[in-house]
Amino acid sequence: MAEQKEKPRKVASMGMVPYEMALGPTWTRFFEGFKEKKILGTKCRKCGRILVPARPFCPRCFEPMEEWVEVAQEGTVVTWSYVNYTYFGVTPDMIPVIGATIKLDGVDCGTGMWTQIGGFDIKDFELVTKKVKVGAKVRAVWRRKRQGNFRDIDYWKIIE
Amino acid sequence: MQKVGIVEVAQSAGTESPLSLMEFTYKPVKEVLDKVGLKRDEVDMYILASTDVFHSGMSCANAFDWDASGAFMKPASREEGDAITAFVYGCMPIMEGRYDTVLVVGLIKGSENPENDTLTSFVADPFYSRPVGIQETTAAAMQMRLYLQRYGITEEQCAKVVAKNLGNALFNPYAHIKKRVSVDDVLNSERICDPLKALECAPKSEGVCAMLLASEEKAKKLTDKPVWFKGWGSSMDTFYLGDRDLLDTQLKTAAASAYKMAGVSNPRKEIDVAEICEPYAFQELLWCEQLGLCAQGQGGKLVDSGVTQITGDLPVNPSGGVLAMNPYVARGLYRVAEATLQIKGKAGEHQVDGKVNTALAHSTYGFCGQWQGVVILGG
Repeated sequence: MAEQKEKPRKVASMGMVPYEMALGPTWTRFFEGFKEKKILGTKCRKCGRILVPARPFCPRCFEPMEEWVEVAQEGTVVTWSYVNYTYFGVTPDMIPVIGATIKLDGVDCGTGMWTQIGGFDIKDFELVTKKVKVGAKVRAVWRRKRQGNFRDIDYWKIIE
Repeated sequence: MQKVGIVEVAQSAGTESPLSLMEFTYKPVKEVLDKVGLKRDEVDMYILASTDVFHSGMSCANAFDWDASGAFMKPASREEGDAITAFVYGCMPIMEGRYDTVLVVGLIKGSENPENDTLTSFVADPFYSRPVGIQETTAAAMQMRLYLQRYGITEEQCAKVVAKNLGNALFNPYAHIKKRVSVDDVLNSERICDPLKALECAPKSEGVCAMLLASEEKAKKLTDKPVWFKGWGSSMDTFYLGDRDLLDTQLKTAAASAYKMAGVSNPRKEIDVAEICEPYAFQELLWCEQLGLCAQGQGGKLVDSGVTQITGDLPVNPSGGVLAMNPYVARGLYRVAEATLQIKGKAGEHQVDGKVNTALAHSTYGFCGQWQGVVILGG
């Protein structure tokens, strides 16, 4: 590589391309349940576990999960984090957020992270540390208008 | 099964480089070939690890990677997971006896793309997780909270990992972050994602690492000090955080498999140095437990004891680790390269004190260490 006097330049680039991803019959039914304020899980006929979100097959047993069950809308906080910083795609008006994994009563796994805790002034971190604890009881709070997606649950309210 | 020797390694530094990805990749590859005295077409096979889309942004690995690594018109393959697996894929055809030399390259220019948190949010499934904004840091913070609560690990013990690793990085010419920080500096840094503080999270770095592997006979001809590939294990967990116990990762499985292959029965006694992938400070402690370097829940006491310091009995991340240098995708190959240098006695100012016979290299990717891989090397 030869010596040169110019300062090497950079070229800016922004990629935006459309995708269309199949939700599939299992997850379509799961989100359709949201419209009726129902949280649906699937039960494995082999190991007997009830999983939420619903699955087309049991990941452990690798057998189809064909039995649907409506599950409780209350559960306990497994763990949580307090997201209070910005990065590309997250602007100051979008924070703070309390992300959580919640184990619904009677369900054999946690909810993953499609759950956010709210219903009080979550900007007050002192208050957050008083209210949000591992093991705290929570209940789903639904939006009035529901469209069959994850946003239909507005937030999870601390009830204990 | 043939033995595999690591002949030579070269690394690039982690700070932002004005070179194009092509020029940036060429340099360490050329350095390895020149040190060994091979021409690019004399290498039997090439295995690359890079990323086509999110961590590169150019989506054109085929345009740059092959020419820059010297791999064109040769048997070659590229993978997108972590470069530590490219290392293992490179060992395989030599073990099989098919090839005598394989060049492994991990390459990334982290300075060219947005924050890791933006990019890793795309790793989440688009239906449940991505829309709520989960990414590696928010997931790691949830894992850290469980770790603190279940085992009584303190935030101070986690912060000690940062002070130790960044202290070590001051002596590593390739490290990205060169800054001495105290435990208090870490504890007082911004609580970006409670309980995680800003200084407990790895940066994003440039990084090309090139490594020449050879069969036993060839390795002995090409170098007076080959480092031998002894063992390997990996395991992948399910994606959903709710389906897992976040403190019981697949690292135990990966480590057990690597130790069995390498004939390691007491890792705490037999491993002389460990290069561990700790994108978040507390993970070094948790991973040490799961690697069997201390008992479950004792990661905090391990760092308190000083044993993992560069001067300790079991130095962990004498290079500064991923907290000091985080070339995503390539970072696993950096761990192998650093473990190699320690065995060769060529780590320079961050060479550990005692003789290194056996070294461990670890890497991980995915939320809360979804994927885990362990390599054991011997002198």
